[in-house]
Amino acid sequence: MHKSQTEGGPVVALRGITKRFPGVVANDHVSFSVYPGEVHALLGENGAGKSTLVKILYGFYLPDSGEIFVRGRRVRFRSPHDARRDEIGMVFQEFTLIPALTVLENIALFLPRLPAVLNPRKIARRIEQASHRYGLELDPETPVWQLSIGQRQRVELMKLLLAGSRILILDEPTKVLAPHEVEGLFSVMARLKGDGYSIVFISHKLREVLACSDRITVMRRGKVAGSLSRDEATEERLISLMFGTQPPGEVRLEGPPPPPETTPVLELKNVSTRASGMATPLRGVDLVVRSGEIVGVAGVAGNGQKELGDVVLGIQRCSEGRKLILGKDATGWSPAQVREAGVAFIPEDPLAMAAAPGLTVLENMALGAIDRYARWGGLVMEWPQVEQDLTSALSRLELPPLPSRVPIRTLSGGSQQRMVIARELSRDCRLVVAFYPTRGLDVLSANSVRRYLVAAREAGKGVLLISEDLGELFSLSDRLAVMYRGQVVGEFAPADTTLEAVGRLMTGAVVHG
Amino acid sequence: MSWDWLTWLTSGAILYAAPLLYPALGEVIEQRAGIVNLGLEGLMLVGAALAFAVTAETGSPWFGVLAAALAGGVMNLGFGYLVISRRAPQLASGLALMFLGFGLSAMLGKGYINALIRGLPRYQLPGWGAILFNYDLLVYLLFPLALGLWWVLFRTRWGLRLRAVGEDPITAFAAGISPAWVRYQAVFLAGLLAGIGGAHLSVGVTLTWSEGMTAGRGFIAIALVIFSRWHPLRAIVGALLFGGAVVFQLQLQARGVGISPFFLDMLPYVLTILVLLIWGRAGRQAAPASLGRVYYGTE
Amino acid sequence: MGKALAVGRWIFRGTSPCQTILRLLVTTALVLGVFAVVLLALGKDPWQAYGDIIRQNLLNPRGLTELLVKMSPLLLTAVAVALPFKVGLINIGGEGQFFLGAWLGTWAALTFAGLPRALLLPLVLLMGAVGGALWGVIPGLLRAKGWVNETISTLLLNYVAPLIVGYFVFGPWRSPETAMYPQTVPFPPGARLPSFGDTRVHAGLLISLLVLFLYWFFVSKTKWGLKWRATGNNPGAARRLGLPVSRYLVLALVVGGGVAGLAGIAEVVAIHGRLKLAISPGYGYMGFLVNWLSGGNPVGIVIMAFTVALIAAGGFTLQITQRVPYAAVNILLALILFVVLAKPWQRRKG
Repeated sequence: MHKSQTEGGPVVALRGITKRFPGVVANDHVSFSVYPGEVHALLGENGAGKSTLVKILYGFYLPDSGEIFVRGRRVRFRSPHDARRDEIGMVFQEFTLIPALTVLENIALFLPRLPAVLNPRKIARRIEQASHRYGLELDPETPVWQLSIGQRQRVELMKLLLAGSRILILDEPTKVLAPHEVEGLFSVMARLKGDGYSIVFISHKLREVLACSDRITVMRRGKVAGSLSRDEATEERLISLMFGTQPPGEVRLEGPPPPPETTPVLELKNVSTRASGMATPLRGVDLVVRSGEIVGVAGVAGNGQKELGDVVLGIQRCSEGRKLILGKDATGWSPAQVREAGVAFIPEDPLAMAAAPGLTVLENMALGAIDRYARWGGLVMEWPQVEQDLTSALSRLELPPLPSRVPIRTLSGGSQQRMVIARELSRDCRLVVAFYPTRGLDVLSANSVRRYLVAAREAGKGVLLISEDLGELFSLSDRLAVMYRGQVVGEFAPADTTLEAVGRLMTGAVVHG
Repeated sequence: MSWDWLTWLTSGAILYAAPLLYPALGEVIEQRAGIVNLGLEGLMLVGAALAFAVTAETGSPWFGVLAAALAGGVMNLGFGYLVISRRAPQLASGLALMFLGFGLSAMLGKGYINALIRGLPRYQLPGWGAILFNYDLLVYLLFPLALGLWWVLFRTRWGLRLRAVGEDPITAFAAGISPAWVRYQAVFLAGLLAGIGGAHLSVGVTLTWSEGMTAGRGFIAIALVIFSRWHPLRAIVGALLFGGAVVFQLQLQARGVGISPFFLDMLPYVLTILVLLIWGRAGRQAAPASLGRVYYGTE
Repeated sequence: MGKALAVGRWIFRGTSPCQTILRLLVTTALVLGVFAVVLLALGKDPWQAYGDIIRQNLLNPRGLTELLVKMSPLLLTAVAVALPFKVGLINIGGEGQFFLGAWLGTWAALTFAGLPRALLLPLVLLMGAVGGALWGVIPGLLRAKGWVNETISTLLLNYVAPLIVGYFVFGPWRSPETAMYPQTVPFPPGARLPSFGDTRVHAGLLISLLVLFLYWFFVSKTKWGLKWRATGNNPGAARRLGLPVSRYLVLALVVGGGVAGLAGIAEVVAIHGRLKLAISPGYGYMGFLVNWLSGGNPVGIVIMAFTVALIAAGGFTLQITQRVPYAAVNILLALILFVVLAKPWQRRKG
């Protein structure tokens, strides 16, 4: 491990950065600095504010308050263009690559001075030089769509290097890499560091951060929770900085969980899916949800939760394994059949996944169980009944009322969420699949949704709760499963485990066989 | 099948391919920038009518071609304004351009329907070429044009930026390119070429004008673009195929073959649909990425 | 002045049907102004031209009935576009579906000529709808499978349909009497739609209004209409909610095609009494325009169908009185569509 060169002042310093978005303070008086020739990790859970902070550094966002200094000089970035001129470059989680073009063409696009007639040989030579120097093996003529994700990441890095960036920001680079590719990335970073580059490395994976960083800054809920040098950092300290002491949720389970002989509402046996694109494939997932219990699924977003939901709902086929709903083999069921069997679904992104933006709130409400509201064979819809169901569902959930005759896209995200929740939970169902149901809701609304889930449990329904709020999961789950990289890496009753242990599993700190 | 007939068929195919290839090449440029233009038919009609009228008035077919090219470019800029600056849906805007072309061409050509004009002068290639190659300059220009277009698309900065915009305008924007500006340029060039294509039909091939004479070539050109997978050189093959089909069925009609001329006339359209059917799926993979939203989903 | 601006802004910014229709009328007025300039450039007198149009078509009872005659097919071809649009499809094939409906309906009229009117007429009309539906199922399937975009396939089929009709009119069905313009033998009286009085306004108008009403009822009141609209609005969410999206895509084009086919056969049995080539001055395309201009709103469809019919009739008038070719009408319609697409009342979207 190289010691960071703290003499000579930081190459980049952010002071007192504050940034607000509607409903949330993403960065709250954050200060952060990077020195030349160091790898500085930004560690934290989803939503901690890491991405926002570096996007401000890259000129993608303007801070509401605070200052940015580059090499001691105060700067204002109005766009990434300005940041790039100050030798700051960023590799986003969503690559800015064009799959149909070759490696060389993708790099050429971002070169600051490109001649009108392309000289591919010259660019290829520069690519090869950087390739050898830093270990970024790349074939310039390959079209990007043929490259693995790890290779594409190397192209992104190469773009920054050839454009002259000296401060490299990497946003969750290891999220999409296989373990051996991670090793490769670290050795590249070490070589770059040796040449005086500064690297800001965002991650939520403890072990990796400990493996490659010189300094670590931990963020939590928009603030800097702590900043340590590598020597001072231990897993325990980092975990406690990351998660803090969560106050227990105000809503708690009451009554014992159902006995194991109870009929399961949902069973997944050794379910796997095929990998496609950037999605995380499921690998041998075993999961059981019984009636009258809440099974929570913890995990950092992107570790297979979406795929899990899609498989349960019948939108994605499993390549292996079986799925049983209420004891029947539902492996090949269509989404309509799954819904009809009594499965309600609260999606991650309600407007995109479960609602028609141009239709009114009332119409969207009716979509949940159209046939129930149809009269005379479907010729007429009973809108007063729909209205009544909506109002009563909302009031049962103790959610504020919604205007019913406006297009749903005119409502705020939280309101859209509430409509979908009201619609799904007012159906007669045996299984509720809920994705981040309280995300974006204010505390009162969130608690009422939680109360509903508890009530559903008491009414004998099964609930599959996928959430990133560990406190919520701990207080609401009968059993808690942890997902990492498409596998269930642990399953416990909350009483038998601790926040730290789950946090470890979520971040891959303990490699599970 | 005599050698004569074969050469006659080939030379006819080449001649009839030209009015298809010009708009197809233009549309390759446009679609590579991410824009689908259903109004090519309208542009071609205006090109045909205007070229014919100007030729009849001035006696020079080259003035006619020039006028057609400019008119096509300018008209297409109007379409470009709709889809680029106003973000209007591309398919509907193209149809508006088509209607405009129907009407404008009919008005332009009205007074000239029976006029006699001197068409584009033809030149023979010396030697063996004299049998096969007896065309006007616009036909001879096609191959170098396609070649040049290929070179520009794949070997210049301008072409790279154009392709980037057509694939992913957001990434292109991140690279400092202005997708709107690039698209306007593409639209103008496509209009120029479509106008020339129409002009060639009226002052190079048929030497007549009648309402609606392009008979759907503008849409066939779009199918050609898909068939050629957005590659200028492959478009030549497709155009020859269609040109050949048109000539073939004209031949059959002239010979009084038992098949009704109506069914023979259907040939190009049915062929187009078949081509789209067969190559459509594969085409989706090869298409500039941002076109997918235009063809199949939320634009 | 401030009041005028405020009124202008109110008309143009709103989204309610009332404001939409007002907006269209103002747009039409603006474009008519532009067209007046065009007329001037052509050396014609716009006042006289417009005066001729109004005199002949609005103030003249004969002209007024002719407008209704033209409106009848337009209402149907507009629905033929409107209905698939609710599922997110662009059906520009109304013209071809019109011809196919005319063709298959003619086949029924000629084949079953002996049947009494009570049976023959409904059969003929039904076969017309079936013919149009056939011309819609092909693009529907191609689109549902994801092979060919329906806008292109319907456009291409527009060129094929008149050729089919042409073959039959010039060939097997050709009437031996008329040597000048090929057409079929006249239909038996049992296959003709009755007219009102001695006007050409026929019962087909009632059918069109009925279909329009059914369209409105289906889309806004029934459960299937809700499902279709949800599919058109967000196909991904529709799939998640269990709706059979592919089935709806095909159905929409089948029914849309059927409606356009009905327009075709109705026009033939009401106006012409026999099948010939010149049965449509572009009703299919005009229906597309009517739908786009009215946003699928049924009252808007009636108003814009009337307006477009007036423009078309005006085109014929101008052709006679001012020697302006009928095709100029297309320019006018295109300009109106341009303005509607450009949405000048919204801030720059680019």
